[in-house]
This record gives sequence, structure tokens and C-alpha cells, in this order.
Amino acid sequence: MKYGLHIGLLLLGSFVSQSAFAVLNIFACEPEWASLAEILGGDRVKVVSATTAHQDPHRIEARPSLIAKVRRADLLVCSGAELEIGWLPMLQRQAGNRRVLPGQTGYFEAAAQVERLGIPEKVDRSQGDVHASGNPHVHLDPHRLLGIASALSDRLAILDKPNADHYRSRLDDFSRRWEEALQRWEDQALPLKGMRMVVHHQDWVYLFDWLGMVNAGSLEPKPGLPASAGHLASLRKTLQDAPASAIIYTHYQNPKAAKRLSQLTGIPAVELPYTVGGADEVVDLFTLFDVTLKRLLEVVT
Amino acid sequence: MFLRFTSVSVLSLAVAMGALAEERAFNPAISLILDGRFSAFDNETDYELPGFMLGGEAGRGEEGFHLGHNELAISANVDDMFYGKLTAAIADHEGETEVELEEAFIETLALGNGLTVKAGRFFSGIGYLNQHHTHAWDFADAPLIYRGLFGEQLIDDGLQIRWVAPTEIYLQLGGELMRGERFPAGGAGNDGKGASSLFAKIGGDVGESHAWQFGLSHWQADVEGRQSGGHDHGGGAAEIPTFSGDSEVNGIDFVWKWAPNGNATERNFKLQGEYFVRDEEGDVVMEDGSATPESTTYDGEQKGWYLQGIYQFMPRWRVGLRYDRLDSDNRGSDEDVLAEAGLDNEGHTPERVTLMGDYSHSEFSRLRLQYARDDSYEDSDDILTLQFIMSLGPHGAHRF
Repeated sequence: MKYGLHIGLLLLGSFVSQSAFAVLNIFACEPEWASLAEILGGDRVKVVSATTAHQDPHRIEARPSLIAKVRRADLLVCSGAELEIGWLPMLQRQAGNRRVLPGQTGYFEAAAQVERLGIPEKVDRSQGDVHASGNPHVHLDPHRLLGIASALSDRLAILDKPNADHYRSRLDDFSRRWEEALQRWEDQALPLKGMRMVVHHQDWVYLFDWLGMVNAGSLEPKPGLPASAGHLASLRKTLQDAPASAIIYTHYQNPKAAKRLSQLTGIPAVELPYTVGGADEVVDLFTLFDVTLKRLLEVVT
Repeated sequence: MFLRFTSVSVLSLAVAMGALAEERAFNPAISLILDGRFSAFDNETDYELPGFMLGGEAGRGEEGFHLGHNELAISANVDDMFYGKLTAAIADHEGETEVELEEAFIETLALGNGLTVKAGRFFSGIGYLNQHHTHAWDFADAPLIYRGLFGEQLIDDGLQIRWVAPTEIYLQLGGELMRGERFPAGGAGNDGKGASSLFAKIGGDVGESHAWQFGLSHWQADVEGRQSGGHDHGGGAAEIPTFSGDSEVNGIDFVWKWAPNGNATERNFKLQGEYFVRDEEGDVVMEDGSATPESTTYDGEQKGWYLQGIYQFMPRWRVGLRYDRLDSDNRGSDEDVLAEAGLDNEGHTPERVTLMGDYSHSEFSRLRLQYARDDSYEDSDDILTLQFIMSLGPHGAHRF
């Protein structure tokens, strides 16, 4: 009796997953990868994002709804480099979906496709919550993003072979538009070169690397630790000797520390979108960089 | 075997199936939990929970400075098919350091179709709190109903099968077949397959800010000679209350979590409650080493619930409130023997109110102050607990 019920449930399970296989079910860990997967997959993919721009991707709970989504996914697209280490492994262990385990075709780590910055020489918690594999916020360098797009497109073609041409032509179209935009952004961003910026968290390493901007200090005393009054006072001292152009933070970070330091120093605090959905106008990856540059340029001009 | 990519340049992109998470992490992962406490009681009477036969680690703990639940856990993916974990709890009992094997299990990774099999010693999947390690609890101690029914937590040796449905809403069904030697079973009945369980969990989100889970649990055991601490009335030979018969537990649990826009970093709230009822039928014998120990038939029901809320009002700081309440109705042929076995509720309804405040300097360290007004038994007790819980080494993701 129990076995009969169980087999019945299994059959139901395989029926549901097969009917859902008409398109690729993609589970993106962050909105930037959801956006990229949608651009590259078009109507051949159904994308859900595990997180929004309002949420700190370091700190997500392994919620039941996310387990259910991983259970049905054909492909996970995540930043990797330990950004999701606090929740993704739990989702993978709970969901019982072998297609999307590390090492499988259905598991795509964006950071693994590119050279990473900020690989620590020493992994020690006294240094805060550092990522041993380097800084995972790779999507903020549009050159790296283009490389990731190409790798992701290849992956889609492997998973959905009959539509390989579809993915190839979408990638070609995306790459052409992206390179045009890249040229425009790099022209616009010339005044930003050498600009010194105070950051909330080390989210912007790749953006700075691309634009030749300089990190003038972090609001977090150590990665992952909240800003303290003592730390802000010492930052203020540093900034008196070597001023910065702006203090940048993003939606999911509490603006209090940035605004407090802004009051203390007179340096403007600027909210940047960080990812798709991080500002009303940021509806895709193109507008993400448009708005980011616009807000930075407003500070220097 | 994972492919390794140390520096794949943008220009020469290969399809990298590699996983960075595994690349540099220690294999196996070794993590250590340090838990130290200071407790002050108002009441020097021996702890009891009228109507419940206590076993396992049940109790209010020690007074003064003492060590809590220190754990050493080693875990890793064994290969692409299996995950393995061992957790050793190291505790001091009356000056002797004891190492208890809390978990030692393997779990399948790649059965697919939503199926996972776990085997070895593990926390049973029943209830909500049961699968959470002590260090992940929001209070320094277990709810009274866990203390009363499971001796703090239900751990057993056996096999667990669970299945996640391929549906929009989260639905998990699970079952366990277990040895049944440890409290609250006993005697490893039915040739070492003395206990079994079934559980179901359903859950989802409401908007961006709310997440919930609801669960149903059932556990049953053929109990052969379950011994309980019982009452030491001092003087004379110690009598050990020993139960044999059928035991069955049914429970419901729920948890609801709120975080503005789903971002729990700044503020979040968690409401959690569970209700369990246990039915037992059999005999209780007061083992005293003699050929004709006292005994009674026993037909009992013990039940209870707790409800707790935890609020993080700013980063690092949380406060919590918990209410516990138990009730029991135990009958037998000899009321005196039942009473000696701790099964007479003495007309008392155990209850407890607990207040908690904690500070986490980082997600790896926590300091806690807890106050409980404990009416477990007739003499009210005020219990103050100071606790630290620290986590060293790679520390895996927590469950919901």
C-alpha cells in the first residue's frame, strides 16, 4: 500500500518535471544572472531569481520556497566563489535534484569563468568574512560579464542541444549590443579615472578595476561586520589626509553609516544600483551600467 | 572529480563545470562549536517534570559556571554520490569528560527526482526544532515538551528516506525506520528496528517579506525496558522506573519568518510553535534488583506546546520570548507505583516563561542572557543563564 502510493508519487513527479521541460527551468541566485539568462535564453528559458536587489546575497535563508525552486531547476546560475555558501549548499542538499549539483552541467558558477580579484593570501576570520576564492562580485566588470555570457550561452546549448543555434544567435546579438554599449560607457567614464571612493562593502572591486577608480576605505571595519562609530571616526581622519569623491552603498545596505560619514566629512553619499532592480530605471544589465555611470558622473561634474 | 580552474582568462573561456566553492575549502570541513555557560537557580530542589518520565539529557543543567554543548563536526562530500558527517558532542558529567556520538551519517547526493536517503545516526526529521543543532537554537535550552518527550532531542540510528515534490509549493514527505534503543524508545525492539516515523512539511513565501513552513509528524516505538531517571527519594535501594509497551507521538509544527523585503540583515522576526502529544500503553516496573519489583499497568497521555518569537531589532541584537506548557493524564493499576515513576502529575500543569537577549558580534559568535520563570514543578524557580556560543572553522549553511 505504502509502496503503491510512493510509486504513484514518483510517476506524478516525473510527469510534472517532463511537462515542465518544454523550456529550460533556470534558477538564478542573483538578479544579474537572471537578467543575463533571460537575454541569452529568450523564450526557450523560464528564469526565477532567488534574490532581489533588496536582499544581501551573502545572507539568504534556505527557505522552503527556494528548495522547491531548486528541485525543479534544470540549471543554477550563481556567482559562486563562496558568495552563496551560507545558503546554496543547503538548498542543493535538501532539494534532491542531481542535475544541479556542483560538477554537473546544470550548475554554472559565473566567478569560475573569469579571473578573480582579491584572492586573500590568508583566510582567517579575524579578517572578517573573506572569500577564499576571491571577490565574487564579478558582474560589475562588463568585460568579464561578456566572457561569462559566452560561457553561459555554451552551457545553455549543451543543456538544450536542439536549440543550440537559437542560443548562439542570441549571444551574437547580445555581444554586438554589449560591445557598442561598452565603447560608449568607456568614453563616458573617462572623468572617473583615478577617482577615490569610500565603499560600504567590497562589492565594487571589479567596477573600480574596470574604470581605474581607487578604493579609499570601507564602512565595514572588516568584510561582513557592521560599521561602528569608532571605525567611522578613524575613516574620517584618513579622509582628511586623502579625500574621496563619494561614499557609495547599495539598496540592501543600511544607508545610515554612509550618510553619517557624509555628514562628518561633507563627501556626498551615492546609492548605486549594484544589480538589476537596484533602482527603478535599472531593468536589465544595460541600464545597470547606464545608471551606475550616470550617478557616479553626477558626483564629479 | 571536479575540474579545477585557477585563472581562466576572459579571452580563453572554456565551459567550466568546476565549482570554486570546493576548490579551496578544506576537505573535509572541520567545525567546532564552543558553548560555555553560567547559570543561577533560585531553587535547590531536584528537577522534575510531574507526569513525565525523564530520560536522555533532560534537566535544567548545572548551576554556576559550566560547559554547555561543545561539538566537533567533520563533514564532506564523500564522492559525487554521498555526503558524510560526524558530530561528536563533548560534555562534562560530574567531573568526567564524555564524548557522545551525536551524528554519524551518510546521505545520498545524487539520487535525483527529489529523493534523498540518509543512514546512520542522525536527528530525526520530526518536528521543527528537532533537526536543528543546539547551537542554532534561539534559547539556551530546549522547549519543555522536547525535554519531557524526547530527553531534549530525538536522535536515533537508522534509515531516513525523504522526497521533495516537483511542485510550486514546497512539499516534503519523509519516513524513518530506526533502532529504537535510545530514549524515548528503549530496548531496540523488533530485532533492532524498534522505532519508526513519518513526517510531512509544506512551505512557501507570501510576498517578498514572509516565509512559512508547516509540518506534521508521527513517531512510534515498541519500547522494551526504557529506563528513566525517575525519583531518587534518598535512602534504600534505588528504584529505576522501567517502561515496556507501545509509545506513539504525534505533532504539528509551524514557523513563520518576516524580514522587510526579505533582507534579514537589519531586522527580522521569527514566530515558531510546536505541539506534541504522546500516547503510551504498557507496564511500568520499578527495577530494584529484586526478583519481585513493584509494578503497575500504565496507560498515559502526555502533551504540550510552546510558542516563541524572536525579534532582531537591529544588526547584531535580538530579543526573544517563549512560553511553554505541558499537561498529562496517566492511569494505571497502582497509582502509588505510577507516582514513584514520576507519572503522577501531582495536579500540577508545568509551564515556563523565558526571556532572551543576545548579541552576535559576527555571524560566528554569540553572547546570550536568558531569564526563565520556571514552573516545571510545584516550586517555582527563577533561572538566569549567561551563555556564549562560538563557531570555528568552515561552518555550513543553516536550515530554515
